[in-house]
Amino acid sequence: MEQKEMRQVYCDTLLELAGQDERIMVVEADLMRATGTMKFKETYPDRAVDVGVAEANLVGVSSGLSAGGKIPFAATFGCFASRRAFDQFFLSANYAKLNVKLVGTDPGISAAFNGGTHMPFEDIALMRMIPGLTIIEPSDPISLQSLTKAAAQLEGCVYMRLHRKAVPALYDDTETFTLGKGKVLRDGADVTIIASGAILVGEALKAAELLKAEHVNAAVIDMHTIKPLDEELVLTYAKKSGCIVTAENHQVAGGLGSAVANFLSENHPTPMAMIGIRDAFGQVGTQDWLQAHYKLHAQEIAVQAKRLLADKNTRR
Amino acid sequence: MITSEDQKHLADFAREIRKQTLYTIGNLGVGHIGGALSIVELLALLYGKQMHYDPKQPQLYDRDLLVLSKGHAGPALYATLALKGFFPLEELATLNQGGTNLPSHCDRTKTVGIDMTTGSLGQGLSAACGLAYARRVDQNTCYVYAIIGDGESQEGQNWEAAMFASHYKLDHLIAFTDNNKMQIDGYTEQIMGLGDLEAKWNSFGWFTQRVDGHDIKAMDEAIERAKAQSDKPSMIILDTIKGKGASFCEGKVTNHNMQFNLEVANAAIAELR
Repeated sequence: MEQKEMRQVYCDTLLELAGQDERIMVVEADLMRATGTMKFKETYPDRAVDVGVAEANLVGVSSGLSAGGKIPFAATFGCFASRRAFDQFFLSANYAKLNVKLVGTDPGISAAFNGGTHMPFEDIALMRMIPGLTIIEPSDPISLQSLTKAAAQLEGCVYMRLHRKAVPALYDDTETFTLGKGKVLRDGADVTIIASGAILVGEALKAAELLKAEHVNAAVIDMHTIKPLDEELVLTYAKKSGCIVTAENHQVAGGLGSAVANFLSENHPTPMAMIGIRDAFGQVGTQDWLQAHYKLHAQEIAVQAKRLLADKNTRR
Repeated sequence: MITSEDQKHLADFAREIRKQTLYTIGNLGVGHIGGALSIVELLALLYGKQMHYDPKQPQLYDRDLLVLSKGHAGPALYATLALKGFFPLEELATLNQGGTNLPSHCDRTKTVGIDMTTGSLGQGLSAACGLAYARRVDQNTCYVYAIIGDGESQEGQNWEAAMFASHYKLDHLIAFTDNNKMQIDGYTEQIMGLGDLEAKWNSFGWFTQRVDGHDIKAMDEAIERAKAQSDKPSMIILDTIKGKGASFCEGKVTNHNMQFNLEVANAAIAELR
């Protein structure tokens, strides 16, 4: 099957939304070509605003557009969306209870050749600290389309991590997604893998296959909404499998693994392993090399799953 | 065109705003009095003559908007809004008390009549740009006003917004710089000199004027000239005095955030002309 670039799906979805709702706008900071929204600008020239290389103003203008009744989708590389414009997003958008959708592209190691300067391993951690903010990370073109629509419908700020490149579809075309409700991609009772994003959800599914070959039944959850966390689903699977591996293209400090651990440690302490970056900056390399370097792959997920499972069996 | 009757009426309104601002902060015992008093005449002119709004319908779409980017001057704006009937005057006594609708810095979610949340300096002009752009997309002819401080002009984001407004020809955006020449640590010129502000805004493509910020007639004429412009945003640099009108603080470099009690406030109110 032909793979569609995620950014193309993003732009097509915004065009569809804009056709139904004239409040939808695109705001960019000289990365329209990267984000793939040029087609939006051609279709709706007045509703696509390029602020130039000025991320603070990107978020500030978007906040003003929202105060003026618009629904702006502001996008830039995730490193700039989070680190550089954090106070603007925190205060002008979120504290002011406006309706700004901020899109951080090239999450984690997907920044590849742009290297450590452009490689956000901390954007989710920063964003999780903003009260009431919804944080999403689609894992494939279908979830991207559905979640972008859900974000547009939500009255309130959203941070979305957008993997720009082509990735395989994990879902049928008809699948729909609800903010705050994780997707069980595969059921199993031995161990649960909770993953997010276009790289690690796929790796989690591969890990489940590796484990199956060793007669281990792993459940795989696509936790596309990191905040609010689907606590009900986490609790159900913590009880069912008794151990959890989280997998994310982000620092383990403050990311999906932390969110799951925060919840479980208070409500149902469960042995966990976290796949993610361990207190390190990014660096250049191919995505494959970076995945191997930072151990963001199926093999590592499987290793950690088996370790947890062995511990569980010892406890019995 | 401003008549002498208008001028008298606006001067009276300014005196009332100044009085209520002094009362509001004096009642609390501490607050940003200096930068609140320096914009009183401007607020009187905006809410007394220039701005189109309805206190009974504060969210009316078809209204002029104000972004007070120097959000710490909130108490002067709260006094103005209360005097115009957006909320009861008695509410001014709740400034900064737990659960109040009147926080130190402007908050659109709490205070009726506040159009944008501000307080982290440098962010308001960007928001004003967004508001002006949104109104223009809607082919609405309302004006968006913004007030920034001279100290605040040290924040780089202002200059990102300055390029934006000029590039997109936001001619319904009228901004003011409250050029009171002081900031927390001292005189602006000594802390971080701004150079030639007029030349800066001009070079960024704004229709730039400079007038006395306590002269209501001069400001009114400047706003009328700004409205007559097309294709350019307007910056009106207001030469003001920080703490204007209250002898205990006027022109004192320590007046940014100052302690004073109701007795001092009342003495200052008695002095008002």
